[in-house]
Amino acid sequence: MLTLQCPYCGVDADETELANGGEAHLKRFGPGSDDDQFHDYLFMRENPKGVHLERWRHAAGCGKWFHAARCTMTLEVFGTYSAQVYAPPQEIKDAITTKRPGWSWREFQ
Amino acid sequence: MKHYSAFAVAREALRYHTGWERAWRSPQPKKRYDVIIVGAGGHGLATAYYLGKNYGIQNVAVIEKGWLGGGNTGRNTTIIRSNYLQDPSAAIYEKARSLYEGLSQDLNYNVMFSPRGVMMLAQTQSEIRGYQRTAHANNLQGVTTEWISPQRVKELVPIINLDGPRYPVLGALWQARGGTARHDAVAWGYARACSAMGMDIIQQCEVNGVRTEGGNVVGVDTTKGAIDCDKLGVVVAGHTGQLAEMAGFRLPLESIALQALVSEPIKPCMDVVVMANTVHGYMSQSDKGEMVIGGGTDAFNNYTQRGSFHHIEETVRALVETFPMVSRLKMLRQWGGIVDMTGDRSPILSKTPVGGCFVNCGWGTGGFKSIPGSGWGMAQLMATGHSPLTEAFSLDRFKEGRFIDESVAAGVAH
Repeated sequence: MLTLQCPYCGVDADETELANGGEAHLKRFGPGSDDDQFHDYLFMRENPKGVHLERWRHAAGCGKWFHAARCTMTLEVFGTYSAQVYAPPQEIKDAITTKRPGWSWREFQ
Repeated sequence: MKHYSAFAVAREALRYHTGWERAWRSPQPKKRYDVIIVGAGGHGLATAYYLGKNYGIQNVAVIEKGWLGGGNTGRNTTIIRSNYLQDPSAAIYEKARSLYEGLSQDLNYNVMFSPRGVMMLAQTQSEIRGYQRTAHANNLQGVTTEWISPQRVKELVPIINLDGPRYPVLGALWQARGGTARHDAVAWGYARACSAMGMDIIQQCEVNGVRTEGGNVVGVDTTKGAIDCDKLGVVVAGHTGQLAEMAGFRLPLESIALQALVSEPIKPCMDVVVMANTVHGYMSQSDKGEMVIGGGTDAFNNYTQRGSFHHIEETVRALVETFPMVSRLKMLRQWGGIVDMTGDRSPILSKTPVGGCFVNCGWGTGGFKSIPGSGWGMAQLMATGHSPLTEAFSLDRFKEGRFIDESVAAGVAH
């Protein structure tokens, strides 16, 4: 079972306690954007086989949203971090680089 | 290819079965093919078969990273039905179901199609309305389904508990001509027929690059060397995104693991397929006697081919309340397959931004039932550039807002 540490309340939460919120760090497009931007925002996802940055909510716990870095092949978790950021913090990037040298995910690496 | 028949069985019995030949060849790749299909699962092999059979395109290679039929084709719960709500879905799934009826004769290979009937239980008021609506829609589409009463459900499935602890059975959507087939045999039968037409099925050969020139596909790089082609069909389910990236475009897909499990074999106790979507469990009995059980999808992207353990408990709980007699059954095996989900839960059969490159993906949790129809439509699309079966499933529907919204395929019950 997938276990993530909630960065807010510090609990090691099982996946049954969590709700997945899909891909992280999406740039939102609304009224005024063109068809391609809106299409990509709504439907296009990285869906990588490997390092993935994603959103979770500690639904049956403190209820807060947070981010996680995880491998979709092995379910290895590289770390969790605040929901209030546009990019993974350096220590998360370093943790991923230690385990998966040369990784990249969208514009991050 | 030697024809399989009762006479052949008798002939071989008289000579100690020394005359059987391999069902398909395992050749080395040629330098060039007219069409390369990536992915030797059911959909890929069916595409190749109908390219050869319907359009005479037989200089075809089917390239497979692992072994033939080893992905989702060999991992599903073998249910065949076509009781969908939307017209484009009903058309392609009904085409598939009708092709399944004659598939054993067509391929000269017993795919063990068993039109035993598929029953989808309604256990809430909204499900009653939903399934009655589907039954009406199916009648207009020419798909034979009917709404049946709880008493009829009990007659068809004596082991069912109509008054479960959480949800009573209020009726069901019944498709008498749905059923099951032997999933491996579908892949093997298509592979044998393709090989007999002179097509090359190349296993243990991973594609690691797609070569393009001037926006058109010209070949693929594989672990067995570069192979040229005029047209490329990408039919690799959960890994379609990786192939698309090699070709330089993206697809609106997310890959997740879907689980299934089978019990120990028991005596015949249920001769129809039952799906209970509210409590979320579905079950049929295989010819070997195992109860074949469909589990849940994971809630997060992954490629693990095993799935989260707690879904087993949820699935088994649903089945125990629906069929109390299964509570003493032991489970034999559990496994997962990687399914590719689209935004509207309908598949993508389409041209792509790369000329000569076609994709057939996004079948999500319901691919097996559609194999012959999908191959038929995909072959037509690749051979002629247009197919009425696949038209509505094009890639640009997401941008244009032409969704084929089949929430029935939303991660449950196939």
